[in-house]
Amino acid sequence: MYDLIVIGAGPAGLAAAITAAKNGLKKILIAERDREAGGILNQCIHNGFGLHYFKEELTGPEYASRFIRMLADLNIELMLNAMVLEITPERHVHVINRDVGYKVLEAKSIVLAMGCRERTRGAIAIPGSRPAGVLTAGAAQRYVNMEGYMVGRRVLVLGSGDIGLIMARRLTLEGAEVLACLEIMPYSSGLMRNVVQCLDDYDIPLLLSHTIVEIRGDKRVEEAVVARVDQNLKPIAGTEMTFTCDTILLSVGLIPENELTDKAGIEIDPRTKGAIVRENMETSCHGIFACGNVVHVHDLVDFVTEESEIAGRGAAEFVLNEKSETADEMTLLCGDGVSYVVPQIVRRERVAKTQTVYFRVNRLFDKSRVVIRSGENEIAAFKRPYMAPGEMEHVKIPKALLDKAEGAIVISVEEDVS
Amino acid sequence: MKTVICIVCPKGCHLNIDEEHGYEVSGFGCERGIAYGVEEVRRPMRMITSTVRIDNAALPRCPVKLDKPIDKHLIMAAMKELDQVRLTSPVSEGQIVVENVCGSGASFISTRSL
Repeated sequence: MYDLIVIGAGPAGLAAAITAAKNGLKKILIAERDREAGGILNQCIHNGFGLHYFKEELTGPEYASRFIRMLADLNIELMLNAMVLEITPERHVHVINRDVGYKVLEAKSIVLAMGCRERTRGAIAIPGSRPAGVLTAGAAQRYVNMEGYMVGRRVLVLGSGDIGLIMARRLTLEGAEVLACLEIMPYSSGLMRNVVQCLDDYDIPLLLSHTIVEIRGDKRVEEAVVARVDQNLKPIAGTEMTFTCDTILLSVGLIPENELTDKAGIEIDPRTKGAIVRENMETSCHGIFACGNVVHVHDLVDFVTEESEIAGRGAAEFVLNEKSETADEMTLLCGDGVSYVVPQIVRRERVAKTQTVYFRVNRLFDKSRVVIRSGENEIAAFKRPYMAPGEMEHVKIPKALLDKAEGAIVISVEEDVS
Repeated sequence: MKTVICIVCPKGCHLNIDEEHGYEVSGFGCERGIAYGVEEVRRPMRMITSTVRIDNAALPRCPVKLDKPIDKHLIMAAMKELDQVRLTSPVSEGQIVVENVCGSGASFISTRSL
């Protein structure tokens, strides 16, 4: 019987396991499907990781290795090439691996850290023929940065997610011509610094309110037809232009990878597409926790680490010192301007000093206020100079203010006209 | 007058820098933007991360980075220098791969052990 089984050895799983060990858990296993730990960080060879957490700028592999090195010291067991097929509410983990075969492992607690998956051509239904050369930006990143394959020579990037922007620069550096980056929304979904340093630096145009309306090609992509879209995101007839290209990279969003979570009957939030979590990252299933991109898609790994440490502490506390289940569950709801909040439920007596709440806005905001309400009463407000959907936001609500609330709490954003 | 988008924070202020009048900056939202704007016009510097070939390792490519930023106009020349490199495993994180890249004084170092 394990104290804790963590599913996934990416940044979330590593931080959760390490924190659980530091908080007293002895027998910890991480199950990882890849041949090494580190997850997506291994292919993210660019820098910019760790600015918040380590106060220095690291590349993805460097950020990962800081955590991987700690595993051995803490006696954390790492099972590689291991696919978890099922987890149950009784905390049984069905895992398969070439060395051990099919096994059902039992655990006192589980942390779900499976990360997320890229949306594909099918998810956005681009019309046209189906030639080779259409791939997700993350797949291209792995080919180029780890496996040593160049993916194309004349490239169009659809979507302005961060991986797409990073790959536009990367492919340019490796000698490809990146013709443009197209974004259907009127704003970039990636971080501003990536737009500047990955596109502007290399004179790659960012065409906002544009999308691909047809892909042409027999065996390989030959052309893409691009059109401007209107306010309802519908292509405008007569605005079509044709790009000659051999490759199309898709950077059109990420979805938490929750097959295991679903199958275990754990409640999912349709807004985040991840598990509904409490203040300690516990899911609706007692003793099963979740953290990182499997809960909600983050922009910065630093916040994944921070959140996963909460899950690791939560799991340790659950195993060593289980508190009785309490009825006082306060729900956090999305008000105007907010597309999701995490956590969705807070048990006030478990909050120490402040409760951090992560959220995203659903449109651009200039000078504005993040307002926390309980019924009609405003219990807290936080000023922000600027907010965009592409950047995750957070507020720290003091426990004393939470204690004043009755019933659910609503988080909304208002333009600050003062 | 040059315009740059500030990347110090997510707001992305459009800075105007007047290089003929003592690099006077306008359009900034905070003090940090002034420093960024002046540096970006006077001498834009960039980090480069890339990969090099490696033999006898678990993967055919080893990731590398510069140990300090170089002048922006040297980026493509620096990439050319990397094309000549072929490493053999084992390589350790932090090991120097190319010294004094394009005479800049910066080095490419490996960013993982492989």
